[in-house]
Amino acid sequence: MTGALGIYNYWIYVLLMMIGLYGVIAKPNLIKQAIALGLFQTGIFLYYISMAVIDGGTAPVWTTILDGAQKYEGPYDNPLPHVLILTAIVVSVSVLAVALALIINIKRTYGTIEYDEIEAMDQADKRADYQRGQVVDAADDVEHKLEGHHHA
Amino acid sequence: MLDAFEIVPNLPVLVVTTPLIGGILTIAMGRGKGPWAWATLITGLVFYFTVLLMQQVLAAKTGFISYELGNWPRQWGIEYRVDALNAFILLTVAGVAFVTTLYAQKSVEKEIPQDRHNFFYAVWVLAVCGLLGITVTGDAFNVYVLLEISSLTVYALIAMGKDMNRQALTASLRYLILGSVGASFILLGIGYLMMVTGTLNMEDMHDRLAALPDAVHNRTVLVAFAFLLCGLGLKMALFPLHMWLPKAYTYAPSAVSALLSATATKVGIYMAFRFLFTIFGVGFSFVAMPANVVLSVAACAGILVTGVTAVRQTNLKRMLAYSSVGQLGYIVAGFALANVHGVAGSVIHIFNHAMMKGGMFMAAGAIMYRLGRCDLRAVRGLGKRMPLTMAAFVAGGLGLVGFPLTAGFISKWYLVQGALEAPHMWPVAAVVLVGSLLAVAYTWRVVEAAYFQEPEGDSALVTEAPLSMVAPMWILIGASVYFGVSATFTGEISMRAAKSLLGGAP
Repeated sequence: MTGALGIYNYWIYVLLMMIGLYGVIAKPNLIKQAIALGLFQTGIFLYYISMAVIDGGTAPVWTTILDGAQKYEGPYDNPLPHVLILTAIVVSVSVLAVALALIINIKRTYGTIEYDEIEAMDQADKRADYQRGQVVDAADDVEHKLEGHHHA
Repeated sequence: MLDAFEIVPNLPVLVVTTPLIGGILTIAMGRGKGPWAWATLITGLVFYFTVLLMQQVLAAKTGFISYELGNWPRQWGIEYRVDALNAFILLTVAGVAFVTTLYAQKSVEKEIPQDRHNFFYAVWVLAVCGLLGITVTGDAFNVYVLLEISSLTVYALIAMGKDMNRQALTASLRYLILGSVGASFILLGIGYLMMVTGTLNMEDMHDRLAALPDAVHNRTVLVAFAFLLCGLGLKMALFPLHMWLPKAYTYAPSAVSALLSATATKVGIYMAFRFLFTIFGVGFSFVAMPANVVLSVAACAGILVTGVTAVRQTNLKRMLAYSSVGQLGYIVAGFALANVHGVAGSVIHIFNHAMMKGGMFMAAGAIMYRLGRCDLRAVRGLGKRMPLTMAAFVAGGLGLVGFPLTAGFISKWYLVQGALEAPHMWPVAAVVLVGSLLAVAYTWRVVEAAYFQEPEGDSALVTEAPLSMVAPMWILIGASVYFGVSATFTGEISMRAAKSLLGGAP
């Protein structure tokens, strides 16, 4: 295969990444954001694995050791990206674990995992603080709106 | 005695392995003062190692120390490489980590439930491990792994503020998502670089990129550059990618805010140094590519916008957080000039800002310790009630302004000099000066409340914060004043770092 189709792995990686990025930005549900983040990172793993492939290459295992008879003299796929991604997968699992731990805590304290509702509750907290005479003047609210705007 | 344990030849790796193993062991240190004492011991030891390492680097004839992990040659294994730049950053990070650990004891007792102290300090020491690891390594993928170690632990540290305010949880999650996207961009950038160069060692990457016939028009290299710039921007909270930072620093436990403001984003900037200068090289990043324009525009906009935002804040920690983004702007604007004085100003400001802002966050934490809040209304009249704390805050504020005889003055001197030397870069000098005026404005709001208004409510009854908080605060603020008066050491080191980054003699 040649041309753009010959590197379809890379198209899939870009597609996965973009779906993930969209989810992270657009979904108000925190669990969906975590899933999207996982998808985003998985896309990158696919990219690294695709990069290791060599035309006609095979798994970088020394076959003499396995069957004792014939010896295959390459070409081998590059094992380094595989090893790197093994590490990156561990990292990504840890990120997901921390994210889920945070979401569980958020669910316990806020009672919801919808970003919009959490934001509204934080605003209500702020108004309560204001009424108790703590913190806040008008500037804080303006700045908060600005932040909300950026997030949207 | 040192030689008996072969400490000196193994210093580069000890800086990482000590907190890595020590951090995990912290969990077993019981429920009382044990975890804190252990964390102090570990960070103190690491600080001592970085001092030794600095001496070694200054004594080294080549100007750097290369350490190959497990004696694997650097083409295959991981190389730790320490030169004047990262020895200086290591010293800063380890020093601040040690002093904030001393400070943390009382603050953490107040802000975090007793049964979680061992986990808190375990994660704390591991965060320091990640930050030091990023700084010491000379291997691009190792940077990513250690970056994630530091990020994951920092997310947990921020979330520990949940018992003070539940917004710490959402702040942490938002940072987690943006931080992971940033780190993934960095991972992608490293992948593209590996595709072109076939290596992960930074020096080798540089040599092979330089040997490419037409790197400037090589799409793979360009994509790597774009991804890395974007990811690094997120990690170092470069305006307008800083949206995660203010909330995270506001709701994190006070000791964590002090540690992070002084170390986390600084290490992000160090990564930018390594990728832009060491790997791509000045010729590619700043001459062939318009990174200098992109970075200095973002930095200058950041200095102005966050300066104005900081003036409008009423919560001290939030004000300091916005001010941090602005100060990072100075550092970025400095190295974007890509001349000796600009880069040296940038390096020296990493150190100076760590001292000043660390001390100021500690002061805000001390107010939090006494009053349970740190807004401008709580600060009223505190000048008389907590004189040492408020004086530390004001001294730090003067440093942010760049008042003569403070460290901030030295940084800005270098930055303005660099800006005037570079062609068409004088607006950067103007922005640095306007930024200083904005710093006057937000510092003045605190001074006015603390010294010219009468205390109300609880503020009238409080006394000075305990010595174990005031002393570390004044160590950092004192350092910022000392290195403002006598800048020979910091100046020489940063000039040396700048020259080696720009490709001159090491």
